[in-house]
Amino acid sequence: MQGYRLEPSGLEQVFEKLKSQSYEIIGPKLKDDAIVYDRLTRVKDLPIGLTDEQGPGYYRLKKRNDDAYFGYVLGPQSVKHYLHPPVFSLWQAKRTEDGFAIPKERESAPRYAFIGVRACELNAILIQDKVFLDSDYQDPVYLERRKNAFILAVNCTQAAPTCFCSSLGTGPKVEAGFDLLLTELINETEHYFVLETGSEKGQVFVKDVNLPAASEAELEAAQNRVKATEEQISKKLPTEGIKDLLYASYEHPHWDEIAERCLSCGNCTMVCPTCFCTTVDDVTSLTGDTAERVRRWDSCFTSDFSYIHGGSVRPSSKSRYRQWMTHKLASWQDQFGSLGCVGCGRCISWCPVGIDITAELEVFRQERGQSESN
Amino acid sequence: MTGFKETYGRKPKLAVWKFASCDGCQLSLLDCEDELLALTGEVEIAYFLEASRATVKGPYDVSLVEGSVTTPHDAERIKKVRKVSKTLITIGACATAGGVQALRNFADVTDFTRVVYAHPEFIKTLATSTPISEHVFVDFELRGCPINKMQLVEVINAFLNGRKPVTPSHSVCLECKKQGNVCVMVAGGKPCLGPVTQAGCGAICPAFARGCFGCFGPMELPNASSLMGWWKKHLGATDDEVIRALRTFNAGAEVFRKEGEAHGN
Repeated sequence: MQGYRLEPSGLEQVFEKLKSQSYEIIGPKLKDDAIVYDRLTRVKDLPIGLTDEQGPGYYRLKKRNDDAYFGYVLGPQSVKHYLHPPVFSLWQAKRTEDGFAIPKERESAPRYAFIGVRACELNAILIQDKVFLDSDYQDPVYLERRKNAFILAVNCTQAAPTCFCSSLGTGPKVEAGFDLLLTELINETEHYFVLETGSEKGQVFVKDVNLPAASEAELEAAQNRVKATEEQISKKLPTEGIKDLLYASYEHPHWDEIAERCLSCGNCTMVCPTCFCTTVDDVTSLTGDTAERVRRWDSCFTSDFSYIHGGSVRPSSKSRYRQWMTHKLASWQDQFGSLGCVGCGRCISWCPVGIDITAELEVFRQERGQSESN
Repeated sequence: MTGFKETYGRKPKLAVWKFASCDGCQLSLLDCEDELLALTGEVEIAYFLEASRATVKGPYDVSLVEGSVTTPHDAERIKKVRKVSKTLITIGACATAGGVQALRNFADVTDFTRVVYAHPEFIKTLATSTPISEHVFVDFELRGCPINKMQLVEVINAFLNGRKPVTPSHSVCLECKKQGNVCVMVAGGKPCLGPVTQAGCGAICPAFARGCFGCFGPMELPNASSLMGWWKKHLGATDDEVIRALRTFNAGAEVFRKEGEAHGN
């Protein structure tokens, strides 16, 4: 492992350099009662000295007793908001004398530099890469944003009780998919970052910032910090035989029990960094002279999502929750070759009634284990 | 998909009718500002007393009906309105769920008339406030207290252009998440009706860090008992607070009514 030592004051230099390369900086920022991804103009926009407490259906901001820049776990949003925008106008048509015309000009895609991306989120991006890019039909909106993106990742220095990335091999240590990586270290005497590069773009970026190499002790401190984070993770989602387990549990009565609590509100799908479903709305001007097709995030928890001739295929919250969980953990594997879950725990924290996917899975697993041992 | 004008070679005649209501939803039509001129270019506003005394005789191609039915007279009048309307669209919580005046449905209306009127014997009122759909066939119900003017324009626009209106029936939560609002319930511990309420307002209250008041009524497939259970167990809400939250503009909507009754009277 090779790395550099970056002082907190050096962060400003990183920001300035990103701006000079005409990146729009997107990073963690305090908004209302949470830390969200938003546009940043300066280092002071970061949630300095703030942290979060999370649990099922629960998120609270707290003050830290230090000035950590990345001393929080995760907010409600992921970078999905920017790479796969919630609402996007796909095309417009204008009525002409002899039919209609589709204006071709498109705005060029934004150049985002994402600051503070965690290991689970990077893995979510890699999953969305498969969904949007790894087929004959690439999503051009995602492609241009993804191609332009600069990613400054951050190793987690603490975990929430809702985190379970270590069960899925998606964290907490950042392994791949980044340009630059920071590990924040704070002890009695010092506050600094260990900075690593993960791509050619990252190496070029660091080259003319002129940073001192990190010492062996500093590199080791960074590694230990991430190890300590991993030890904090208590939640587990055992993946062994998970596909067969869910496929075999299709008619299990526990889905009815979940449905008594599930609100079908769709929050879990909105905050999930891998959920990608959209629908399109066709709208017109009052005169009918222009028409527009707008794409917006949709959710398998809505009735319209599975509405076909004659009605909705999934009219109950039982069928919707079952579809969502089975897709995330089982059929995603058949479709894309991996799980559709990265263990970020957002669906647990941001479910208004605290439904915990790991706890629900455990019910199916326990009962199956019992029926097999009988 | 063919527009009205192409099909009939004329502008459609629009009428606006008022029943028991506060007029706020009708005003949304006048409040359309930027779209109002374009709208009058596309429709003939034939009957709209809030805007003009000049009226054109029916039948009407499209009627917007505001308000609920609370008197024997209105129970008859709505039938006449239906007869002269090819398409009937209700606008607002009164017309679709009975409105705030449906609170009378939970009490004895004579208790109110006795308090309010010097001579309650002259008051001919019904024991209940009911939505238009309980009296006549309704082609489309637009939710809200008040309705969202952009949704109103969208519904008229869809009618004019022979297409389906884009008025999703999912929860307010999806609007919050798409806009990047922070969840007031999860992060603020504030009771919010958003998870059981239909979208359409643009999640105005959560955008200003307030819980949703449920102005647009129940979403499709609402699970009010789960949400209210969470309010009580984790947010410290009392039965009284639960009932009051559910008994506002959409008190008469079946899901809100039943859930309120489950927590007492």
